[in-house]
Amino acid sequence: MSAEVDKTETAEAGKPPRDTRALLREIAESNSLVVVLAVVASLIIGGFLIVLASPAVEEALGYFFARPADTFKAAWDAVSSAYSAMFRGAVWNYNGDTFAQQFRPITETLTMATPLIFAGLGLGMGFRAGLFNIGAQGQMMIGAMLGAYVGFAWNLPPVLHLIVAVTACALGGALWGFIPGILKARTGAHEVIVTIMLNYVAANLLGFALSKDAFQRPGSDNPQSPAVADSAAYPLILGDNYRLHLGFIVALLAAVGVWWLMERSTWGFRFRAVGANPNAARTAGMNVSIAIVGVMTIAGALAGLAGSAQILGTERSLTAGIAGSFGFDAITVALLGRSRPLGTVMAAILFGGLRAAGPALQVQAQLPIDIVLIIQSLIVLFIAAPPLVRFLFRLPAPSREKVVTA
Amino acid sequence: MTATAVEAPEAQPAAAVEKPLSWKMPLLLGSVGILSFIFFGLMTPGGGATTTFVLSRSGDLFTIPAFDVPSQPVAIALTLAATALAALSAWGVRNRRQFGVWLPSTVGLLVVLAVLVWAGAGKTATSIQITGLLIGTVVLAVPLVFGSLAGMLCERSGIINIAIEGQLLAGAFLAALVGGAVASATGSDAVGAYAGLIAAPLAGALVGAALTLFAVKYWVNQIVVGVVLNVLVVGLTNFFFGTLMKNNPELNRAIGLPDLPIPLLSKIPVLGPVLFDQNILVYSMYVIVAVLNVMLFRSRWGLRMRAVGEHPKAADTVGIKVNRTRVRNTILGGAVAGFGGAFFTVASGLAFNKEMTGGKGYIALAAMILGRWSPKGALAAALLFGFADSLREQFGIIGTAIPSQFLAMLPYLATIFAVAGLVGHVRPPAAEGIPYKK
Amino acid sequence: MRLELKGITKRFGTFTANDSIDLLVESGSVHALLGENGAGKSTLMNVLFGLYDADEGEILLDGEPANFVGPGDAMAAGIGMVHQHFMLVHPFTVAENVMLGHEDVRGPAKLLDLEAARAKVKEISDRFNFDVDPDAVIEDLPVGAQQRVEIIKALSRDAQVLILDEPTAVLTPQETDELLGIVKDLRDAGTAVVLITHKLREVKAVADTITVIRRGKVVGTAEPTASQEELASLMVGRDVSMTVDKEDATPGDVVLEVRDLAVVDEAGIARLNSVSFDVHRGEILAIAGVQGNGQTELTEALLGLEKATAGRAVLDGEIITGRSIKDVLMAGLGFVPEDRTEHGIVADMTIANNLILDLHDQPPYAKGVALQPGVIADEARKHVEAFDVRTTGIGQTAGSLSGGNQQKVVLARELSRPLKLLIASNPTRGLDVGSIEFVHKRIIAERDSGAGVIIVSSELDEVVALADRIAVMYHGDIVGIVPPDTDRDTLGLMMAGAHEEEAA
Repeated sequence: MSAEVDKTETAEAGKPPRDTRALLREIAESNSLVVVLAVVASLIIGGFLIVLASPAVEEALGYFFARPADTFKAAWDAVSSAYSAMFRGAVWNYNGDTFAQQFRPITETLTMATPLIFAGLGLGMGFRAGLFNIGAQGQMMIGAMLGAYVGFAWNLPPVLHLIVAVTACALGGALWGFIPGILKARTGAHEVIVTIMLNYVAANLLGFALSKDAFQRPGSDNPQSPAVADSAAYPLILGDNYRLHLGFIVALLAAVGVWWLMERSTWGFRFRAVGANPNAARTAGMNVSIAIVGVMTIAGALAGLAGSAQILGTERSLTAGIAGSFGFDAITVALLGRSRPLGTVMAAILFGGLRAAGPALQVQAQLPIDIVLIIQSLIVLFIAAPPLVRFLFRLPAPSREKVVTA
Repeated sequence: MTATAVEAPEAQPAAAVEKPLSWKMPLLLGSVGILSFIFFGLMTPGGGATTTFVLSRSGDLFTIPAFDVPSQPVAIALTLAATALAALSAWGVRNRRQFGVWLPSTVGLLVVLAVLVWAGAGKTATSIQITGLLIGTVVLAVPLVFGSLAGMLCERSGIINIAIEGQLLAGAFLAALVGGAVASATGSDAVGAYAGLIAAPLAGALVGAALTLFAVKYWVNQIVVGVVLNVLVVGLTNFFFGTLMKNNPELNRAIGLPDLPIPLLSKIPVLGPVLFDQNILVYSMYVIVAVLNVMLFRSRWGLRMRAVGEHPKAADTVGIKVNRTRVRNTILGGAVAGFGGAFFTVASGLAFNKEMTGGKGYIALAAMILGRWSPKGALAAALLFGFADSLREQFGIIGTAIPSQFLAMLPYLATIFAVAGLVGHVRPPAAEGIPYKK
Repeated sequence: MRLELKGITKRFGTFTANDSIDLLVESGSVHALLGENGAGKSTLMNVLFGLYDADEGEILLDGEPANFVGPGDAMAAGIGMVHQHFMLVHPFTVAENVMLGHEDVRGPAKLLDLEAARAKVKEISDRFNFDVDPDAVIEDLPVGAQQRVEIIKALSRDAQVLILDEPTAVLTPQETDELLGIVKDLRDAGTAVVLITHKLREVKAVADTITVIRRGKVVGTAEPTASQEELASLMVGRDVSMTVDKEDATPGDVVLEVRDLAVVDEAGIARLNSVSFDVHRGEILAIAGVQGNGQTELTEALLGLEKATAGRAVLDGEIITGRSIKDVLMAGLGFVPEDRTEHGIVADMTIANNLILDLHDQPPYAKGVALQPGVIADEARKHVEAFDVRTTGIGQTAGSLSGGNQQKVVLARELSRPLKLLIASNPTRGLDVGSIEFVHKRIIAERDSGAGVIIVSSELDEVVALADRIAVMYHGDIVGIVPPDTDRDTLGLMMAGAHEEEAA
C-alpha cells in the first residue's frame, strides 16, 4: 500500500531529551522492569493459590464473620511460610545447624540450574535463528542414553573417560537435533511438529534400551542402567557435602561460548541473519539450509550436554525419567532469558531455585511441589505479553511496543 | 545493435510443462510390502503352525466360530498381495493413472492382517481377539478424536493450538472434581459422572480462552502460549490434586459413566460390542464428528471459519469479524478437547491422577495433521493411532518379538513422514499462527 | 446513485496521506483517480471502503452522510471494491468466494445454498461475458480470471459504485483491454466506476471524469480529451521528461553474456523463455516492461536465487549459472533487489551488520570465523558518510530507517565490492525525490567506473532517463533491444508485445 511507504519515509528516529521524567518513563517502559514485575505478579498469584489450598485458612474462613482477622492472619501465615520455605530451600537455609546445611540450598539451585542452562542456551540459539525447537527433551534423552552407555560400559582412564562420555552426550543430542534440522531444510517440515514427535520417539527408544540387558544392571530386570563409572562422572566441585558438579562450570563456559558464537563469529552472524530475514540472508549469499541444520545440530548438542549434567552429574544411572521435565522447562528458561546467554543463565538459576525449593515446600510448608510449575509458567506468560503486565501495574504504554515473537 | 531479439514470440501462452513423476508412494508401499513379506511372510513359522482368530463374544446374537488359518501360507499370501498392489501403484505412476486412497489403505490392511497371523502363529494357548482389538481401537481413539477436532477448530480459523494436551488434562480434572462433588452430594455415582461430563468442556474452554487472550489480544507467539499453557495446566491440576483432592478424597473417586448398549445393534457380533455398547461420550463423538464434518464444509459458519484461517484480510473485506471468529473458535475448540478429557476420568471410571493424559494431546495434534485438518480425516487418523495402541496391548498379552516401544512410536513416525511430505502433501491453513492486525 | 467525498483528510502519524480531498462519483460514469504511486489514491479508497477511519471530512451517499465502520457497511451501502491484491480465498471455489460474507442458506439444517451461488456467478458471468466457471478453484485460475471473480463478488452484492484499485498492474495488455471493455459495459449498465491508476492510456481510454492527486491533494480535474502530456504534467507536477545528468556511455567489451536463459516455475509454467543478450562494460542496459513479464525471474536467475532451467550466463568469462549465490556475488555481481525490505535488508540487525551481509566472512571483517567488530564499525561509519545515510548511529537497526536510507544502505553494501556488473531492480521505488537523485547518480558513477549495469524498472521515465540501451520484456521474452531515444509510443507498443519493426 502506498501509504505504508510514505509512513516509513517520515519515521524519525530521534531520541527524547534525557531529563528525569524521560528517564523515569524509560524505566517504566523498559523490558527489565517488565521482567521484574512479571515475577512479582506470578508470585502474587501463586500466593493466592497457596491461600486457597491452606487448611488453616479454610478453617478460619469457617468463622470469618466472627473473627475476620484470623482469616487474614492464616492467609498471611500460609503465604509467608511457603515463600520462606522456598527461600530456605533455594538460597540460604537460616534454620540450618551447620554451615554446610545453611549453604547447601544455593548449591542445589545451581545444580538444578545446570541442565537448564545447557538446554536453554541451545533453544535460545534456535529462537534467534527463527527456529522453534520443542525437542530439547528428546535430545537430552538420546544424549544421556549414549553418555550413560559410554559411562558404564567402557573402561577408560579417568579424564579421558569423562571427556569421551560428555562428547557422547553431545553427539547424541546433536543427532536428535540434526534430524528436524535437515527435514526442515530439505522438505520444509515444520520443526515444531517434528521435534514434538521426536521427543516421543526418543522416549520410546529410551524405554526400549532400558528393556534390554545391555542397558540393565546385571541380574536385574528393572528399567535402570548400572551407575556410570566414577571416572566418567563430573567431579564434585565443592566436596562431598554438596551435589554441585563440574557440569555447572562447563555450562557457564558453554554460555560464554554461545555468546561468542552468536555475537562474535561469522557462523552466529549468519544464524542471526537467517533468523531475522531468511530471504535477505539468501540474497546476500548465505546458505540458509546449512544455517538451519547448523543451529539445530548445535542446539541438539547443547541439549545433549544437559543430558550429561543429569547422567554424569546428579543421577549417575539411566532411567526413563532421566530428562525429568528439564527439556520443557528449558523452553521457558530461554524465553525468560530472551534467548541471550546471560539472560538464559540468570533465568536458569531462577528456575533452578524454584525447583530446588520444591522439597522444602513439600516438607516444611506441606505444599505440592507443583506450585513451582505454576509460578514458572505464569512468569513466562506475563513476560511474553508486556502490555498485560503494564495493564496490571497501571504502567504507561511505551511509545513503540515490540511484539515478542520468540 | 549488439544483441539480437529472440525468435518470434507470438505472445504464446506460457507453455505448461508436465509435472515430474513422483515415485514416493510406490517406493513406500513397495518397501512396506517387501519388508513385510520378508519379516512376516517368510519368517512366520511353517510346518502346519496355525493362527486362531476369535470374532464373537458370548451374548452376541449369533456366534461366529473361532477359526484357524495355516500361518505361513496365509501370511505369505497376504504380504505378496500387498507387494502386488505396490507394483500396481508403480504402474499407475508411470501411466499417470491416479488411484484413490483405497490402494494404500488396502496395503496397510493386508500388512496388518499378516502381522496378526504372524503374531499368533503356532500359539495354541492364545488366539487373536479381533473384537477386543477393535474395541480397544475405538476406546483409545476417543481422546485423540476430540483432541484433534479441537486442534482443527482452532487452526481452521488461524490459531495454532498446541495446548490440546492441557485442555484434555483440564477437562479430565474438572470432570473428576465435579463428578466427585455431585456424586457425594446426590449419592449417585451415575449422576455425578454425568455432571462431570458436563463440567469438562468448561475447563477446556477456559484454557482455550487463555490461549485466545494471549494470541489474539497480545499477539504472543501461539506456540509459546500453547507450550506454556500445557505446563500451567499440569501445575494447576497437580497442585489441586495434591491439596484439594488429597484433603477431600470424596472429590476424586473412581466413578464411571454407565455403558448404554443400544438394543439389538449391540448384539451384532464384532460390530455390536465395538460400536454400539459404549457410553454417552463415545456416542457423542460419533455425532460431533458427523456434525462437524458437514458444518465445516457446508455451513455458513464453516465457510467463514475457513476463510478466516486462509485469508483473514479477504474475510474482513466482506464484513466477517476475523478476531471474533478466532476467539469463538478457539474457545469452542478448547471446550471440545475438555469434553474429550472426560474420557480419562469419568468415562473410563478412573479417579484423576497427575498428568494422566500422558501426551495424548500431542498425538491428537499429529492425528489432526495426518487427517489434513478435516473431521473425517481426524477420525481416521485417530482410529489408526488407536489401533496401533490397541495392537500394542494385544501383543503384550500374546507376547511377540516386536518391542512394544516400536509400536508406540508408529503414530509419531507417521506424522514426521507426513509433514516431511514423504506421504502426500499436508497443507495447513495459510494464515495459521499469524495474528490479524488491521 | 451519487457518491460524494467532502474534505477527506487522513493522517498516519505526522504524515498526511489525504489532505482535504473532494470527489464526486455518479452512476453510469467512469471516474478516474489518477496519481503516481504513493500519491494517496489507495488510502482514499480505503477510507471510502471503511477500512480506514478518516480524520476529517465526510462521505455522502445521495446527499445523506454515511458512516462506515467496516467494509461490511460500505458493501451494504452499495460500494464494492476490487483490491490491488485480490481478496480471494485460494482453496475456495469461485462460487464459495462470491458467496462469502453474504451466504444464502437453505433447508432445515441451514446448509450453504451453493446452487444459488453458482447460479448467481453464472448469471453475472454471462451478462458480461466473463467466462468464469463457478466451480473452478481460485488458485488454479489465471490472474485475469481472478480479477473477474473479484468483480463478480462486488456485483453479486449489488454494488452500484465499483472501485478498481490499480486493476491493470498485474494484467497483460490483452487482459487489460478486456478489463477496459468490461469497465465500459459496467458503466453502460449504470454502475459508477472509480478507476484508480497511474496509467495514462487507460484513463484516456475509459474515463468520463478525471481527478488528479499528487502528494495527498487534489491538484486538478481534467477532461478525457486532455492530452497525455497534460495529464502527466498534472500528475507528476514537473516537466515529464525526467532528466539525469550523465555523459554518453563509452561501452567497452562484453561483460555479461546471456544465452537461452529459461526459468520454469514449480507449477511447470515457463516464466522466462530462452532469452539472450549482452551487457557491455560502461553501459546501462535498462529493462522495461509491465511488472510480471519475467523481469524478476531474469534478475533472480542471474544471481542464482531462482534456478535457471536452461541456458547460461557468463560474467567476464566465468559461467555463473548453476553456481551458488555466494560465488556469483564474489565473481563481481552486485544486486539491488526489487523488494528492499524483503530481500535487501535484515530489519532487526544494525546498519553496520547490514552493510556486511555479503562480506561478513571475508577479511578484513572476519579473521577465520571471528568477526572483527572494530573494523566493521569503522567501515560502517565510512559507508554511512559516503552514502549520506541519515541515522543516529551505525548501531541503529536498519528497520528503523526511512525507505530512502534503507536503499542507501543496500547500495552502499553492493557497491563496496569491486563490481563487474550491477543489477538494480526498481531501485527508486517508493523513494523521495532527493533519494532518487542520489541513487541515480551512484548508479551512473558505477557505470562510468567501468561496470556493466542492468536496471529493471516499470517506470518508463526512469528507463528512458538512465538507459544507454533499452530491452523490452513481454511474457518472458525480450521482444527487442532499442536505443534510448526510441519514442515512447514505440516502447509502449513493445511493452504490449509488438516487435520493434512492427512498433516503429
